[in-house]
Amino acid sequence: MTTLLEVRDLKMYYETMKGDVKAVDNVSFSLEAGESLGLAGESGCGKTSVALALMKLQPSNAKVLGGSIKLEDMDVLALDDDAIRREVRWKRISMVPQAAMNALNPVFTVKDQIIEAILTHENVSEKEAEERTVELLKRVGIDPSRAGNYPHEFSGGMKQRAMIAMALACNPEIVIADEPTTALDVIVQAQVLKVIKTLQRELGLSMILISHDLSVVAETCDRTIIMYAGNVVENTATLEIFRHPLHPYSIGLIGAFPKLTGERKRLESITGNPPNLLDPPPGCRFHPRCPHAKEVCTRLTPPLTETHESHWVACHMVNGQQEYR
Amino acid sequence: MTSMTEALVKVDGLVKHFPVTQSLLDQLLNRDVTMVKAVDGVSFTIKEGEIFGLVGESGCGKTTTGRAVLRLIEPTGGTVLYGDVDLTALKAREVKEYRKDIQIIFQDPFESLNPKMTIYELVAEPLEIHSLGVDDEERRTMVSQALEEVQLIPPDEFLYRYPHELSGGQRQRVAIARALILRPRFVVADEPVSMLDVSIRTEVLNLMLDLKEKLGLTIMFITHDLAIARYMSDDIGVMYLGKLIEYGGTHEVLDDPDHPYTQALMAAVPVPDAERKRGDLPIRGETPQPINVPPGCRFHPRCPYAFERCMEEEPQLMEVEPGHGAACFLHEDFHTGRIKRGKLPESQDVA
Repeated sequence: MTTLLEVRDLKMYYETMKGDVKAVDNVSFSLEAGESLGLAGESGCGKTSVALALMKLQPSNAKVLGGSIKLEDMDVLALDDDAIRREVRWKRISMVPQAAMNALNPVFTVKDQIIEAILTHENVSEKEAEERTVELLKRVGIDPSRAGNYPHEFSGGMKQRAMIAMALACNPEIVIADEPTTALDVIVQAQVLKVIKTLQRELGLSMILISHDLSVVAETCDRTIIMYAGNVVENTATLEIFRHPLHPYSIGLIGAFPKLTGERKRLESITGNPPNLLDPPPGCRFHPRCPHAKEVCTRLTPPLTETHESHWVACHMVNGQQEYR
Repeated sequence: MTSMTEALVKVDGLVKHFPVTQSLLDQLLNRDVTMVKAVDGVSFTIKEGEIFGLVGESGCGKTTTGRAVLRLIEPTGGTVLYGDVDLTALKAREVKEYRKDIQIIFQDPFESLNPKMTIYELVAEPLEIHSLGVDDEERRTMVSQALEEVQLIPPDEFLYRYPHELSGGQRQRVAIARALILRPRFVVADEPVSMLDVSIRTEVLNLMLDLKEKLGLTIMFITHDLAIARYMSDDIGVMYLGKLIEYGGTHEVLDDPDHPYTQALMAAVPVPDAERKRGDLPIRGETPQPINVPPGCRFHPRCPYAFERCMEEEPQLMEVEPGHGAACFLHEDFHTGRIKRGKLPESQDVA
């Protein structure tokens, strides 16, 4: 497989009145062509910030302090606003935003909004754009006869499907879906996830799916990255992370989900709260909540290390000692 | 502990209809007021000392049911027996007496706590309303105890802080302390953890389980999350479009669901297990509006097993085994295995 996107040591802080919020700190990962990658973690762990940075959509108080984002040979961070708008957004990387249901403009029909996206970015006739729109809506399971409807005439699931169709409008190589099913009921969620999975397979898309819900990632992604407090703590194949999680945070997170089948056991919770990123703990950011923390964890930031083949973990204990693996 | 299996709350035929706002033209022409049938005849029993989980998707009427049971909104019809007392027949003045016994924990601790009150004021407020505690000192002791009970330790550190200084999990603990300080017997918990992150959520759930044991609480636990309902509940009721369509012991209902809607819900839940492969979803379309309830079985337009009778006649809850009922004409066929759950009839390409 070829590497499509490579993020190295990305560091992005938000400037606030109280100081810098260290939202993304030394985040590295890569995305292969055709791969679906899950970015999981709790709210405030930095997963959305990473996604925004990939398209240079971060808010104005964000500052990128280091690292690189390479889209094949292109240095994304070095592009100016105009170039990234022309060359990257929609055409190479597109995004299904969080709360996509509210991302549609209520005073235009769904069809017109997708056509607009195509015409803005590509030099095609209106007729072609319209044909493509109808095709896209069919793909996501919306009857083309509904294309002329306004967003309020769509149900939540249909709006989400329309947003997915729009993200595909300019044939991007990478689609970032930020919590694409969070606002949806469970049955509609299952239907939308199915659409996403089918499209990803049929079109050979590379995808980054962001979710706080590990089960959504488990069902949709080949590879999973777990983030905690602005850091990547574990990165490996999805099967592996559920069968054999190594980082104490990943273990705790997976253990915190009640099961739908099998024996009912008391859930173990992770003690404490995630840190305030204005002033994160020194060393490993998880150490105040970690059951295995040692002195070294309070001092040194553990590097993301390949402990097994294609299984990366950032933990002094797991990295250094066999019995934790 | 003989009282453990006795019913504490009996809801019978509970109905709540909301009128839809009419336009001036409708009013002038004296048109009939359209009704949203949020809760349309719901009956269930909650046993003393147990947790009854009420599950369903958004808009199915589970929150309205919870509030109507407490008379936070006035039910349109039906009765709610609390012990021997019919709560729906009480006068407003008399309801206040029962509020001590019956409490609610709301979904969003960011909204349910007044941001201008300190934690002490928030937790002491119920004591003041019900004139409990002889003096400030006694109240302070009671508040400290309540905070300790919900693991906000040491309580002194929290008493004079404001809600915004607390994390989401801590705030929900304050809401729980507020509900429990009056020593209620019955608590309605409406999606108490849906705003919390996973790692925080578990602590709050475990806390509720522990307090239930310690204080002998009876809880009506409203949630959209089947896995959480399974973790918390002794009994479960599943709602769809204002009706209870299946009820019974948690294991009976969730492990062997006899209503096609419960089966579809279970099939739709994503599980944190990458090895599980999902089959086809035995359901189509989306939930209709409760303003326009389909005739016959209200689930029939989405049901892969629907046949003629379902379009004409509304199935009532029928017992499939002691304590487990489903409102489906085919419940026996599912229960005996004549129709395999999740196995779709021929030519039914759904989902």
